[in-house]
Amino acid sequence: MSSAVENHHEDHHHGPAKGLTRWLYTTNHKDIGTLYLWFSFAMFLIGGAMAMVIRAELFQPGMQIIEPEFYNQMITLHGLIMIFGGVMPAFVGLANWLVPMMIGAPDMALPRMNNLSFWILPFAFFILLSSLFMEGGAPNFGWTFYAPLSTTYAPPSVTFFIFSVHIMGASSIMGAINIVVTIMNMRAPGVGLMKMPLFVWSWLITAYLLIAVMPVLAAAVTMMLMDIHFGTSFFNAAGGGDPVLFQHIFWFFGHPEVYIMILPAFGIVSHIIETFSRKQLFGYASMVWAMLSIAILSFVVWAHHMFTVGLPLAAELFFMWATMLIAVPTGVKVFNWIATMFRGSITFETPMLFAIAFVVLFTMGGFSGLMLAITPADFQYHDTYFVVAHFHYVLVPGAIFSIMAAVYYWIPKWTGNMYDERLGKLHFWLSFIGVNVTFFPQHFIGLAGMPRRVPDYALQFADWNMVSSVGAFLFGLSQVFFLFIVIKTVMGGKKATAQVWEGARGLEWTVASPAPYHTFTTPPKID
Amino acid sequence: MSLKSLKNFPNKLIFIFILFTNSVQADWFALNMTRGVTDISNEVFELHMLIFWICVAIGVVVFSVMFYSMYAHTKKKNPVAATFHENTKVEIAWTIIPFLILIAMAIPASKTLVNIYDDEAGDINIQVTGYQWKWQYRYLEDDISFFANPATDLDEIYNLVPKGENYLQEVDEMVLIPVGKKIRFLITANDVIHSWWMPAFAIKQDAIPGFVNTAWTIVDKPGIYRGKCTELCGKNHGFMPIVVKVVEQAEYDEWVGEKKEAAFKMAELTTKDWSVEELVARGEDVYALNCVACHQTAGQGIPGIFPALAGSDIALNNKARHIEILMEGVQGAAMNSFDYLSEVELAAVITYTRQAWGNAKSGDGEIVIPKDIVDYKEPKI
Repeated sequence: MSSAVENHHEDHHHGPAKGLTRWLYTTNHKDIGTLYLWFSFAMFLIGGAMAMVIRAELFQPGMQIIEPEFYNQMITLHGLIMIFGGVMPAFVGLANWLVPMMIGAPDMALPRMNNLSFWILPFAFFILLSSLFMEGGAPNFGWTFYAPLSTTYAPPSVTFFIFSVHIMGASSIMGAINIVVTIMNMRAPGVGLMKMPLFVWSWLITAYLLIAVMPVLAAAVTMMLMDIHFGTSFFNAAGGGDPVLFQHIFWFFGHPEVYIMILPAFGIVSHIIETFSRKQLFGYASMVWAMLSIAILSFVVWAHHMFTVGLPLAAELFFMWATMLIAVPTGVKVFNWIATMFRGSITFETPMLFAIAFVVLFTMGGFSGLMLAITPADFQYHDTYFVVAHFHYVLVPGAIFSIMAAVYYWIPKWTGNMYDERLGKLHFWLSFIGVNVTFFPQHFIGLAGMPRRVPDYALQFADWNMVSSVGAFLFGLSQVFFLFIVIKTVMGGKKATAQVWEGARGLEWTVASPAPYHTFTTPPKID
Repeated sequence: MSLKSLKNFPNKLIFIFILFTNSVQADWFALNMTRGVTDISNEVFELHMLIFWICVAIGVVVFSVMFYSMYAHTKKKNPVAATFHENTKVEIAWTIIPFLILIAMAIPASKTLVNIYDDEAGDINIQVTGYQWKWQYRYLEDDISFFANPATDLDEIYNLVPKGENYLQEVDEMVLIPVGKKIRFLITANDVIHSWWMPAFAIKQDAIPGFVNTAWTIVDKPGIYRGKCTELCGKNHGFMPIVVKVVEQAEYDEWVGEKKEAAFKMAELTTKDWSVEELVARGEDVYALNCVACHQTAGQGIPGIFPALAGSDIALNNKARHIEILMEGVQGAAMNSFDYLSEVELAAVITYTRQAWGNAKSGDGEIVIPKDIVDYKEPKI
């Protein structure tokens, strides 16, 4: 390591330790970022395998492969693993790698807590997955775990589920606090708030959302625990409780959670579109304000998930209007991205392909979201495959495409090697086709009347379900290919320059590729 | 692939192709929501199409600009990028215009919603109760009550026989309502949350234990309409259809008369002398409708979730507790009270579970007659 030689005047050299203990004891933001990213990739593949089981069962009408009881366990674990194990840790991993480098900080503000917040995660998911082998099976009440199905009627493993959610929550809260403290205190001189890269802004807002709502989730599962084991009746109507209260608490967490999974994506896509359009991002300030408004609105729209529980008219009207309002800042973001591309000098490397697909497909998910916000129409859409299509459009070609874009975009900085552009593009097209073949027909079967979370369906839905399953298998297989591309890039490849991309802007491109183990031990000078 | 099968290959391909296009044509109408058969469902459909076309229009405009940019502003065609990066006027415009479009959407949406919430008492009030996994309907004015059980055969579900036309959309007893009358549904649940969805009426209302939600409809067109439970309610959530038959007033009145007569006959059965065989035979049917989903066909249950009845101590030796469990349910477990069944049904199913699967041999083999259930209920009144 050349930096080791240059830094000889320091007391001793801080390179990575050797062996397993490097990863166990590490307090380095880059190591922890790598751990988070690999962990989320593993969870993505496990959750994906469950999706394959689901789509295989739905390939044809009738029960073929699994039993309804196990089907419900699969949909529950698929949701929980993809959200809490796939998307969220991936974004935290990206934040770990990128936030300090983007603001010119040497590391995260709280490195030991950083280590802890990662290392409790594998235990949380070990507990969750082990419930598959328990008597009565894994949680089977959907990732939204509505009481009383998740309390009085739940399998015994629900207690392990609650414990596991608590650990995930603690991990998220620690991660979020770390990011807020880092961004607020460790920016290099000259990096004012309104000069921060958008990814940093998006994570600052996301972290506040996490700190606000993860305790609410913790409260919900604790109340469940009390109902199950300690004789309370928070959600038990027979004891004077209220099952709808559960849904209010859950969605007060759940809706901001949805934006927790999309705001960092907004940040990533802004950087990538700027870079490959070779043109400064259009409307930086309005991008920041748009994210702030989305975050604030996310606290006053939760009951749009509950239009059919029997809310009074005034509540239905309020939540419909508030939800529709979100389209305004979201629209501003989309217009800004397009204005950035407009009269730019565009090239279509893999990260840019994923980012463009993100803008198009996320917007389509936004359109179906707007349709869902219209309460009377939602009475027909609610809990059908139309909803499944909607949230997969914003989560898969939304959040997950942005994560893939980020990996292709920054992997040269992480590993020092360029990925294989030909393979990257192939991966993009396979994923793009797969995702649309999977989820587009689900709009049709939803509108035609197929409820979600069913292991079997009436015959008129058969054709499109088969198409959807074929798409899902293609998409699933392409992600194994993605794993191959990532490993190939880590192992070797064309050496990357420090700048990597012609149009890239930001402090992370001023350090060598791969980024040295310690960066910005002295703050960089900002003009 | 053998040579012979290769020779047939093109034919097979054409056959598969024809099959596929046929089925696609047949299902072409399954691409969209249906209009339904009530004023409200038509309003909802119009609203859905309005919002859909507005979204399509916005999409076309926005993505045209983007695709144009991707075509015209590549590095090849435009080596030097422009340098603009903000424009206050444009930014204000694309904040305000979407806002105005949203208002244009919100006005008809709010109007329809207000119409849906016009919830005065109906001509006929039907209480709908969700159970794991069937629906109970009680006609409050006429004191009629019955369960609508899923009627699709397990052999169809497990692909042992061909699936019927109404696969998973058929019940053993349809809900009858007359045309042109205002029907009000009072929707609740007995165990977990269910949701009563009838797409043709644009009604979807959650059935929540401890709460009564209301929905109403006036149907103009006689016919059979099919819907489903739309809230995950456990193992058989996917097998919980809803079927409503809308008929002319005269046919409805006749049906009400028949139902009342049947209820009277049922009450008479309570005082009849029952033989063990009669009870067991009847109990087997009751078991198949109410118990088998959890306790399974051979009474073996599902370990860890639903206890076995075969060889269970209560089913063998404790008749009093056996009756008590069916009448009261088990606190904190999935076993609910079944006191809504008739005395005859309860006696029959208890007798059946005490006789079947070798229980009679290993236990006391005591039977339960309808009078036992009546006696159990007596002291509480």
